[in-house]
Amino acid sequence: MNQTVKPEDLEPVDTYDPLYAAHKKVYPQSISGTFRRIKWGLMAVCLGIYYFLPFVRWNRGLDAPDQAVLIDFPNRRFYFFFIELWPQEVYYFTGLLIIAAVALFLMNAIGGRIWCGYLCPQTVWTDLFYAVERLVEGDRRERMRRDASGGGLTLRRATEIGLKHTIWLMIAWWTGGAWVLYFSDAPTLVKDLATFQAPVVAYVWIAMLTATTYTLAGHMREQVCVYMCPWPRIQAALTDEWALNVTYRYDRGEQRTSVKKAAELRALGQTAGDCVDCRQCIAVCPTGIDIRDGAQLDCIQCGLCIDACDAVMTKIGRPTRLIGYDNDINIHRREAGKPPIYRLVRARTVAYAAIIAVVGGFMVYTLATRSLLDVNVLHDRNPIAVKLSDGSIRNAYTARVLNKHGFGRLIAIDIEGPANATIHVVGVDSVTPDRPMIVVGRDQTEELRLLVTAPAASNPEKSVPVTFHITDIGLGVVASATDNFVSP
Amino acid sequence: MAEHHDIDTVTGTATTGHAWDGIKELNTPLPRWWVICFYLTILWAIGYWIVYPAWPLISSNTGGLLGYSTRASLAVELSDLEKIRGDKMAVLATASLADIEKDPALLALARARGKTVFGDNCAACHGSGATGAKGFPNLNDDDWLWGGTLEQIEQTIRYGARSGNAKAHEGQMLAFGKDGVLKRDEIVAVANYVRSLSGLPTRQGYDAAAGAKIFAENCVACHGDNAKGNPELGAPNLTDQIWLYGSDEVTLIETITNGRAGVMPAWEGRLDPVTIKAMAVYVHSLGGGK
Repeated sequence: MNQTVKPEDLEPVDTYDPLYAAHKKVYPQSISGTFRRIKWGLMAVCLGIYYFLPFVRWNRGLDAPDQAVLIDFPNRRFYFFFIELWPQEVYYFTGLLIIAAVALFLMNAIGGRIWCGYLCPQTVWTDLFYAVERLVEGDRRERMRRDASGGGLTLRRATEIGLKHTIWLMIAWWTGGAWVLYFSDAPTLVKDLATFQAPVVAYVWIAMLTATTYTLAGHMREQVCVYMCPWPRIQAALTDEWALNVTYRYDRGEQRTSVKKAAELRALGQTAGDCVDCRQCIAVCPTGIDIRDGAQLDCIQCGLCIDACDAVMTKIGRPTRLIGYDNDINIHRREAGKPPIYRLVRARTVAYAAIIAVVGGFMVYTLATRSLLDVNVLHDRNPIAVKLSDGSIRNAYTARVLNKHGFGRLIAIDIEGPANATIHVVGVDSVTPDRPMIVVGRDQTEELRLLVTAPAASNPEKSVPVTFHITDIGLGVVASATDNFVSP
Repeated sequence: MAEHHDIDTVTGTATTGHAWDGIKELNTPLPRWWVICFYLTILWAIGYWIVYPAWPLISSNTGGLLGYSTRASLAVELSDLEKIRGDKMAVLATASLADIEKDPALLALARARGKTVFGDNCAACHGSGATGAKGFPNLNDDDWLWGGTLEQIEQTIRYGARSGNAKAHEGQMLAFGKDGVLKRDEIVAVANYVRSLSGLPTRQGYDAAAGAKIFAENCVACHGDNAKGNPELGAPNLTDQIWLYGSDEVTLIETITNGRAGVMPAWEGRLDPVTIKAMAVYVHSLGGGK
């Protein structure tokens, strides 16, 4: 018989190390300086574009949407200022994605994680949420002290917490709200949303994006960069020793010592490190790391530690940029007492720039020269050919004439192929029966049923090519499509 | 039970008392949240039985408080669909056949509707591409037994041919051989004469004069003096290249001997007038319409 043991008396069989470190709350301190100003500026630009772009108008003439940037799913059109794209031109987005990816690589080759530090939505929104937190609940020390003391839930405290989350949710809600405005006429949709007339899908999307923004920027913050985002891993593999990164200058900083001690040492003619170990670089860091440990995955390279360190260096009368943008090569060169060197023009920066130029140039070229009149022809599958009572052969085709212009066009249809063949467009009594003419409305696809008839004798072969020429009578532009004319 | 339900030393969980080769089976209790969820599903099921149809009875079933039925739900969805189509279909209902064909939007609508309904109702005989088969006319060509204008096509769809409908097309090819009107050699002669009308080769040495005479005496009443047919009677044009049953001598002899009377059902009453209209436009637009 087994000995019985109470569960609480048991020793754990094995101990497990957690797969990731426990979350340490980060309290970034407010700071002012060059990089903070750059970040505020970029935040204003990025959020400004995101929130207000849907309200920018662009006149495209009567009956056309006047929203500068609009993704019109029901009508299958994408509008971007003077550009209008149809679904079959979606490959332009492929080009944009290629450019975006290579631009990211180029940024990385030049200045490391510029994207992470200044432009990434996660950074921008988290930065904004941190600012709200500081505004409502006080700066770093105040909040650390309160959290450490445990602090009772006073009325004041409850108000603060409530206010902070309310403002966060408002920002998050506005973020989701702006998103849906890109898919419909913004002023109308705003009115519909306010009067609860908008489609359910709009509310669902706003709710989803409110939730993600609130969660990612308010609660997950640097955890997204450290655990979720693939870019830090890819970036580390893509970077080289010439890329500028936010770097602590070991040669100047070490040995760390106090202001007083450093002054004494220098008075004796000895050297002393400039770093006074004030930990301001850690205090302002939005991911809570120590830049003096060197380049690391958690560092988004936002440059706020540069501002913090510069402020301290100015105060103690030492040269600024103890922390600054520098490359790996210079870390070693400075230690060896050599002057720093920088190289912007390298194989990889040139290659990335060239790829961007080629893809961008190709896109601009194709966009500038694309035809605004197009035709696709599809042969009937069943039946492929019909024998008529006089023995002649008829083939039927479905043609789609695409008019991408902002005005209606008169087009004529000619065929070239079987000898003595005639063409008829179902439902069209053209005044010129040999050359049917039809009007294709502005920004429309006209589907036509074309009947091509050839006398039996003139068509000895089983299948001959037939080409349809669609001619814009006004502009003289021609679009063509080729198919086959089949005999039974 | 006789077995010892002791506690496993490693996990602290009770065992079932079963042991195989010294390996004991743990009797790990279900997590409480799981058990609660399980009971909730039972409660949910009971609630479901009450409000929705659930238990089969002898001749029906428990209806449930909500009175829900999938059939009623389908009816609602279908009527909603009709409401959505309502405005467009109303235009189809009032527009004339010719106007429908001239308006690209209405033509597209009628063709779409017509094509679907054709697939469901007509394709069984005429084929999915409306190419027909022996005895079932090809609707893509320009040869029409009962006329190929929009109005004539609509008429044929609505009332059918020899369908039993009072307004159906009537008239049939008589069984000249079976009924003893013509003798064997007369039938051969007239069959070859008919082949000659459309330029087909004829049997060597057949009596052309006799064939012409027999044709004039027996066939012109329906097929006309010039053998061009008569859409009033459904008599086909015998001078063209389209043959519903075939143009070879054997088939022609069979046709003349036994007669022909293909049936096209009347669709009035089975399809609504707007749908029949759409179908007429669709068939007409296949290419052969006059």
